[in-house]
Formats: sequence, C-alpha cells, structure tokens
Amino acid sequence: MTRITIGPFNRVEGDLEVRLDIEDGVVEAAEVTVPLYRGFEQILEGRPPLDALALAPRICGICSVSQSIAAAAALRGTMGVQAAPNGVLAANIAHAAENAADHLTHFYVFFMPDFARGAYSGFRWHDAARDRFAATSGSAGREILPARARLLEVMGIIAGKWPHSLAFQPGGTTRAIDLGERIRLLAIVAGFRSFLETTVFGDALDNVLAIETGQQLDCWRDGRDGDFCRFLAIADELHLDRLGQGPGVLMSFGAYHGDQGSLFEGGVFDSGRGVVPLAVAGIAEDVAHAWMREGPADPAHGVTIPDPDKPAAYSWSKAPRLNGRPVEVGALARQTICGQPLLQDLVAASGSNVRNRVIARLIETARLAVSMEQWIRALRLAEPFCSSDVTAGEGAAAGLVEAARGSLGHWIEVSHGRISRYQIIAPTTWNFSPRDAAGTPGPLEQALVGTNVGADGAGSVAVQHVVRSFDPCMVCTAH
Amino acid sequence: MNQISPSRTFNVLWLQGASCGGCTMAVLEAGRSGWFEELRRFGIRLLWHPSTSEETGTEALAILDEVRQARVPLDALILEGSVARGPNGTGRFNMLAGTGRSVHQWVTELSAMADYVVSVGTCAAFGGIPAAGINPTDATGLQFDGDDHGGALGAAFRSKAGLPVINVAGCAPHPDWIMETLAALTTGDLAASDLDGYGRPKFIANHLAHHGCSRNEFYEFKASAEKMSERGCLMEHLGCKATQAVGDCNQRSWNGGGSCTKGGYACISCTSPGFESSRNFLETSKVAGIPVGLPLDMPKAWFVALSALSKSATPRRVRSNATSDHIVVPPSRDGSRKKP
Repeated sequence: MTRITIGPFNRVEGDLEVRLDIEDGVVEAAEVTVPLYRGFEQILEGRPPLDALALAPRICGICSVSQSIAAAAALRGTMGVQAAPNGVLAANIAHAAENAADHLTHFYVFFMPDFARGAYSGFRWHDAARDRFAATSGSAGREILPARARLLEVMGIIAGKWPHSLAFQPGGTTRAIDLGERIRLLAIVAGFRSFLETTVFGDALDNVLAIETGQQLDCWRDGRDGDFCRFLAIADELHLDRLGQGPGVLMSFGAYHGDQGSLFEGGVFDSGRGVVPLAVAGIAEDVAHAWMREGPADPAHGVTIPDPDKPAAYSWSKAPRLNGRPVEVGALARQTICGQPLLQDLVAASGSNVRNRVIARLIETARLAVSMEQWIRALRLAEPFCSSDVTAGEGAAAGLVEAARGSLGHWIEVSHGRISRYQIIAPTTWNFSPRDAAGTPGPLEQALVGTNVGADGAGSVAVQHVVRSFDPCMVCTAH
Repeated sequence: MNQISPSRTFNVLWLQGASCGGCTMAVLEAGRSGWFEELRRFGIRLLWHPSTSEETGTEALAILDEVRQARVPLDALILEGSVARGPNGTGRFNMLAGTGRSVHQWVTELSAMADYVVSVGTCAAFGGIPAAGINPTDATGLQFDGDDHGGALGAAFRSKAGLPVINVAGCAPHPDWIMETLAALTTGDLAASDLDGYGRPKFIANHLAHHGCSRNEFYEFKASAEKMSERGCLMEHLGCKATQAVGDCNQRSWNGGGSCTKGGYACISCTSPGFESSRNFLETSKVAGIPVGLPLDMPKAWFVALSALSKSATPRRVRSNATSDHIVVPPSRDGSRKKP
C-alpha cells in the first residue's frame, strides 16, 4: 500500500489537502484536511448582534449572500420580527442570482477544465473539450464570464454590490425597487435565460424542465448541441455515474422561503426510506479528528477553540453528523428532496455520484431562472421592502438556509445585547468533514474510496472529478 | 491577438492566504469580454491562480518551484487574504496544502523574487476581517498590521522594482481596481509616487467614496435617513463613513450600477486599515449629537454651522423623501418656489 498526498488542490474555493491510501491502483482510504482556519465564531463573540451582518458574509466570497441571509434569519429569530414580503422576494432574487452564478462558475471555471487535460488526449471528444473548456483559454470562458457578470447586475440593483453586501437585514432588504428597476431586473434575467437556452442547454428551459426520467433525458439529448449535452457525452464514456458515490443520505434545509412555503422544500433522503422530515435536533458536531477542543456537540451550545497540537486530529474542520451519520448536501440533495422528477429518477437508478451532482446543478440553475422571473413580477412596488419594526434581539435562534453548495446554518445566542455564542455549519463542513469519534469517514472521504487511480497516483484525474463534483467551498468549511 | 503592452508576457503568480476568495470572485467580473480576455490584452500570464488554473497538486508545485529557482521571471506576486501567523508564530492556521509549509512562509520567500508585490483586498493589505476582535489567527497584512507599518514583510520591504507592497484595498475591491492596477504595472506606469501613505494606488485613493453619491442632495441639506431602506443621507444616523473613506466607489458602477450607499446601507470604510474593528457598523457614533467621524479635512465648527444652516433651508421635498423608502414628494416647478 502506498500513501499519496494531493495539494494544493485548486479550482475549489480555497484549498484542501487529500491523502489517499492506494492498493493495486485503487483508493482504499482517504483523509481530507482543511488547511485554513480564520476564527469567525471567535471574532463574532462579544459583538453587538447586528455586526454579524457585516462580518458573517465575509466568511465567503462566493456564497456571501447565503451567509448574509443565514445571519439575518438567525437575528430575526432573536428579534421575533417578520421581514417585509417585498424584502423576502428581493432577497430570494439576489440569492438565486448568486446560486445560479455559483453553479455556472463551478461548471465552466472549476469542473469542466479537467476534461481538457492531456490525460484525455486519446479520447475522440478531447480536442473539442480542450477548445471549449480549457482553463482560462477555452472558448467557453469568453462567454461565461460576461454572462455571469451580467447576471450579477441583479446585485447592483437589489444589494448595491457583490460580493459582501449589507442589504440583507432582519426586516427585509435596504433598497426599494421602482418600476424602471423591475424592468431592468426582468431584462437581466431574460438575458440569463437566453444564455442558458442558447449556450448551456440548446433548448427552451420549459423543454429542459419537462424531462422527468433518465430515459427521457437520453432521448432529449440525442443529437443536441450545448455544453450540458457535451458534458453528458463525456460522462457516458468515463462512467461518471459510477464515480464518487456519496454516503447514501442526502439533507436539505429547504431553500427560498416565502409566505407560501419554500420553493425547494427541505428534508432528508435515504435510499431505503425516501424523503422524511428533517429533525434539526439530530445535528451534532464531532471534533474527535479536528484541531478543536472538545465541547457540547449541539451547535446551539457549541464552542470553537482551536487545539492545534491535538493528537489524532488532521483538519481544522469539525465533523457535523445527523443522528450520528455523515450526510451529503448540495444541489443534488436539494433537488432530490424537493421532488424534482429527473433527479429523483437518476438518484433512484445510480445514487449520488459525480454525474448526478453536475446534472442537479444545471437543472437547478434552469429552475432558478424561471423562479427569478416570477419573484420579480411579484414585487409590489408601492409597498415597503424593509420592516422598520425591528427591536433589539435577545436569546437564541438559528438561521437555516441553503447556499449553492448545500445546507448552511448559523446558530446565534444573544445575551445582554451582545453575541454570546455564534456557531456556523457550512455546506462543505458536512461534505468534507473528517472522521468522527466512531471512526466513520466524512462524505468525500467515503466517496473517494474505490476510485481507480491506476498508475497515475497523485496525478489521477478521477480523484479530481470526485473532489470537484461536490463543488467544495473550503473557505467556508472551517471558517 | 492585439496586445496593448509589452513584447514578453507579464508573469503573475496569485496566492490565497486567509481569504474568503471574494477578491477573485470580484475580478472574474472584470472586462466586457471577461477577465481572461482582459488579461490577454495586457499580455498578463497567470503562472498559477488557485481558482482558474488547470494545474493542481504536483503540477502546481512544479510551477512554484520554477519561480523559486528563478527559472521563470516573476513580474508580480499577488496575495489575496491575510497572512495568518498563528498559532504561536507557526503559520499553521493557513498551510499551503501538499507542501507542509505555511502560506506565511511561501509569501515571505516569493516576495523576494517578485518585481512587484500586490495585496489584493483589505485582508492582504492591512489584515482585514480575520484580524477583527481577538484576531484568533494573528492575521496581518503584507506590509501593514492594521494602521501599523510592518506586517508580514516589514516596513522596509521593497520589491525588486523598488516599490513597497501595492495595496488594492477594499472588501472586496472593485473588479476594475484590481485589473487596472495590474494593467498599469504591465505598462510600467505605476511608480512609488503613485501610491498613498498606505500603499494604495492614488487613482483610487485620491477620491472619497462620498464623491458622486446619489444621496448627495440629502447630504447637502442634512436630510437624513433614520431607518434602514429610507432614501436620505446615511451619515448622520446610519453609520455612513463615505466622507472619510477613500475610493471612487460612487464614480464607478458596481455590478452594473450599484454601490453600497446606492444599495441603501452605509459605507463601512472597507478600504481603510482597521475597518473591521468598528462596532455597530450601521449606527453613527455621536458625542453631544454630533457625529464623531466628520468629513475628512472639515473643521468641526464649520460642519456644525453648515449643518444647522442647511437643515433650516431644507425643502419639504427633500425632508419628506429622506425618511421614506419611495419618493413621496417629486420635484415640482411650482413646489420648488414655495417656502419650505
């Protein structure tokens, strides 16, 4: 058996180190190290509660709006206030723009460039993949980056700027939208839809979203152009539906909450029982292998104190577990749990894997484009966007939302007008957690086992596909 | 392909320290044809970038090694994120994966190889958000630790071209601040005299965030917003520091037309060292009813006198709109001639 170390690991948000035990060219065991700790939970303690709105978004430059709305939701809980309905809609529009931009950034900038690698030069699709997807030089880069920038103009209208905005408040959003701005928002989202239909899918979104089974997907894609179909063809040849199998349990907190419920309802999925409600009380953080001091496992009572010389520890990330089990979070979890038919069918057939994670992100992106249009039209322009009925908060609350990469929770406790506790579990904290006290590996550590690296060792492209298929955000992970 | 500047490529190595990655996310918005195209036009080659390069693991280490051995010229080293020196000076809070060395060690070594060293973002410039509160990781900027000259590289540090660290401050900076600074290096236009006392390019730092603020009329009349989402000036009650913060924020468009103050919330002076140490970002600190932070260069007595005068002259339109989230009194030819 040989042990190999892979790092720095780029085209993830942040950095990570992966150590693999290889036996006969196959991964037998994996350890994932999060190499960065900044200490946001320690920084937030003792601060005035609303300071969380300035500090928490800065945990992450790629899911800053998600961090903002988690903090705002937690604060709202301590204040017992309601956000203005327009503010809820405006936050959903901005959040959807961020998530959609993140999904496209992942697909085009982080994930697809690996198929342009020389390692695939023997495949008939390689020349085309290199011309289209090669890192920084492929033709897709000249299309995706301007399209992404144009989509993020949603932020200029609703949130002032991106990343890192203070527009997302417990009472709603800080800027009322007028008629001209509604029209501009609609124009931006129409342009985004057009980009998806022309470049990504090669078909109208209505047709894409009407696909309900893997079989229908195969019929639809036959002979079709577009980057989604290019990916599916590559996925077939490389059997990406057999690569990177997740731990079997998927979780979502539910996303885009409104007075009619959530656009994507939350819950827990496992292959035996289907979708069941999520009991948040089952969430606990284990630090057996984290460079962290032991403390209460319930995030509502948790503490974060680094212990850099702790024996047996190998990551700055804690290990969150749901009822003692590692769970996978992300777009695949969200879409499977909320009942999106195609993803449910694909997961029933092949589980959680590299291919299905990528498909879930792109299908979710199509759904978000449609929902953004509806939310923009639903804004009632003469009514407030921010409730002024905001009082100083006290006590404990949690803000549970979905970032692009999965479930994001902020647990806050306010005593005597100061933050006395702030605990964060980010999506990649779930997915890239280290082993727990029982020795159970985290989701990525499990997904890497069985990967055939052949003679490539640390140069294995398959390992990179598995890691990047989760769209990890390492800066969030240990925060 | 047409290149604006030079004959050989301008080699840039981009590293991330204790970072949120937001500066990279921002610069990916730069340029009408996309950032990658913009880089090509200025002859900039990214030797390696943590978010965009193909090379990973051993391939990336080989590039770092070429630079260390001076086999590839390093025109600019960019750091995004603070330098985490802890725990106990080991830098272990932020290791470069696969190398067994801290980012602190890497940037210290590579800074000596570079013609220019550029901090992208307030974290790399001054320490920024990770240095807030108890500063759990002993985070610092490359050449400033908050207000204090020094930081990870020391006050005396000069890059091979003889410049101190160039600080493109901002949390996150405007995409074009980053790109224009890099482009100005390729054209040889940025000299030490083009930087302010905190190493910030003067083409950014010679402006105040207040300049061009769309709430200007409210500011002139001291017609102030009292609650979030109201249209009035944010300085008197809601924490706005735009009259003290450097940056041409309101002369540029952020994300197609926005800015912090346009977005309805205070400028929190994110281009300044130590901005992270403020408390109650969205409330104005006052003594005897007068904001503690007055516009730069303005004597307090003048400010108080002008405020009193302009408040007494505020038109009804401006006063009413200041405390509303929608325009309730539009400009009117008749109304403007009536007594307030």
